[in-house]
Amino acid sequence: MSAPRNDRTGTDHAGTDRVQARPRYPAPTFARSVWLVATREIMARLRSKAFLISTGLLLLISIGSVVAGSIASQNQTLPKVAVVGAAAQIVEQTQAFTTVQADDVDDAEALVRAGTVSAAVVPDTATDASVGVRVIALDSAPVDVLATLSVTPTLDLLDPSTQQSGGLIYLVSLGFGLVFFMSAITFGSTIAQSVVEEKQTRVVEILMTTIPVRALLGGKVVGNSIMAFGQIVAIGLLVAIGMATTGQTGLLGTVGPSIVWFGVFFAFGFVMLASLFAATASMVSRQEDVGSATSPVLFLVMIPYFLVIFFNDNPTVLAIMSYIPFSAPVGMPMRIFLGTAAWWEPLLSLGILLASTAVVILLGSRMYSNSLLRMGARVTFRQALRG
Amino acid sequence: MLEIRNVNKRYGTRKVLTDVSFGVDSGRLTGFVGANGAGKTTTMRIILGVLSADSGTVLQDGVPLTGDDRRRFGYMPEERGLYPKMRVGEHLVYLARLHGLSSASARRNTTELLDRLGLGERAGDLVQSLSLGNQQRAQIAAALVHDPEFLVLDEPFSGLDPLAVEVVMGVLSGYAAQGAPVLFSSHQLDIVERLCDDVVIIADGEIRANGPREQLREQHSSPRFELRTIADAKWIRAVPGITVLDLSDGVAVFEAATDAASQAVLREALDRAPVTSFSQQRPSLATIFKEVVR
Repeated sequence: MSAPRNDRTGTDHAGTDRVQARPRYPAPTFARSVWLVATREIMARLRSKAFLISTGLLLLISIGSVVAGSIASQNQTLPKVAVVGAAAQIVEQTQAFTTVQADDVDDAEALVRAGTVSAAVVPDTATDASVGVRVIALDSAPVDVLATLSVTPTLDLLDPSTQQSGGLIYLVSLGFGLVFFMSAITFGSTIAQSVVEEKQTRVVEILMTTIPVRALLGGKVVGNSIMAFGQIVAIGLLVAIGMATTGQTGLLGTVGPSIVWFGVFFAFGFVMLASLFAATASMVSRQEDVGSATSPVLFLVMIPYFLVIFFNDNPTVLAIMSYIPFSAPVGMPMRIFLGTAAWWEPLLSLGILLASTAVVILLGSRMYSNSLLRMGARVTFRQALRG
Repeated sequence: MLEIRNVNKRYGTRKVLTDVSFGVDSGRLTGFVGANGAGKTTTMRIILGVLSADSGTVLQDGVPLTGDDRRRFGYMPEERGLYPKMRVGEHLVYLARLHGLSSASARRNTTELLDRLGLGERAGDLVQSLSLGNQQRAQIAAALVHDPEFLVLDEPFSGLDPLAVEVVMGVLSGYAAQGAPVLFSSHQLDIVERLCDDVVIIADGEIRANGPREQLREQHSSPRFELRTIADAKWIRAVPGITVLDLSDGVAVFEAATDAASQAVLREALDRAPVTSFSQQRPSLATIFKEVVR
């Protein structure tokens, strides 16, 4: 019965020669393993049509919003002001208002009451009049009219804060919120799917025997974070170029710093979210279950998005948001844009974000390693954390 | 050589491995045989470090295995799978590089191995476009692409057509001939019987038999003989110490109480008529398996 073996050994001379020459490959370093996994993730994304289409769409939306913003600012209508007699000349000189000629003071008052104009400027007949005109408004002081007509002393601001108009605030908050939300959802669910794909196709067992589980998780997070961050940088650059070419350089100056901070916060915030997506996804074995498994993380992404849209004018909510790790990538850049954050605040918030990212990575990789080989029924949180 | 020593494993309250100990020698093919749920996959996963044992150790040349040692193993898990959307060649290169090969040697090994397994022309195809049998070959390639120093294969022959079985058998023997220890599990006892130098039989988490194949067959041989002669062999019934089990014309199957009794039968048979064969019946692996598992 030992004959067949001899036969085979005889015919396999080439193979036998190779034995002596068989090289001993040194195991790659941890960083090298992470990078190999990350490269594969990136290649897989770049080959996916779904990814290319969604990225194209996101870039189109962001460039579209810049163009829309520039069109809107060019068609801005000047506030209407009623003028009487000599006041007309003074108001028209400022070129800040559309003037409506009124016959007399009573007529002007009627226009104000009717809401046709936001204020009326009439000659001041009082003896101690210093300016020569009087402003009539309905129920509150018309700040824009007063400011334009006042003589203001030279002002030096020691700590200039940029006060932005409500529309712009809304647009910027929508921008940050939407970009964060879209990128986190896109790449978060991508990473979740790729984790389950490995589990479902069982390739994970080969991978686990080849490299440390942490390197596998690390590679996935790094690869997808690079893609997400690349997308953010592309959007940021497009918006900046768009603003520059449509002549909104003033706006670029005010939004610019917050965009840079957004990038920094996003980079770390996304790593945290990506680890959470990977950890929760590893608890299930089928693509159909990814949605329900990752829904808690999805909520964490959606909450800051809605909060920043509804509460972008509420300093208290924004202040809290800017320190909570999950909403800081949206909250802190928003406050920087509004000029309500002191210089040290983004740094402190970034520190908090970094610390929580480290904790989440530790917990996440624990859940991930404990869940990978459990096929079939969904792994409970307790099993995933305890092992 | 690799040694599994006193390994125990429990899943909750269920004990799946009890004091499992056996060795896998260098340059030899070791077959790991057992029924479903006997503990084969669990043992292999513990060897590879995917699972941790509750107690016991896995040693290579007397030293406990480390993660780096295991990276030089080739493993084919029971649960097959590769990335469906990667190209076959690219996938193998990726795995080889994870094992530490340079890009150039990863590519060289991939081409060589795919050609050997008859998959050379499919290197550029997506894994998901391969037929089941070819996916299986690709899976075997995945276990071998990094020139492993030790092979652990869980059911490498299941799902293969007879042609592919031959190819894989050739590849595994080649590996063993190169001096690598090879451990594989299989339900197909005939393949194990043909291929393996050593056999390990496991049942209910316990090793029931373990050793060189021929030695096992020897151990489980009963004092049973078969005699073929050209004349009627009825006379055997009268030989002292002989129990006839089956007799038809010139073919007799009998049990001998002593060696002397069986030799006496042979001598008398030769005196009476030409003998065409006389042999002690060796049990097949299947028979041994049924016997030790019971």
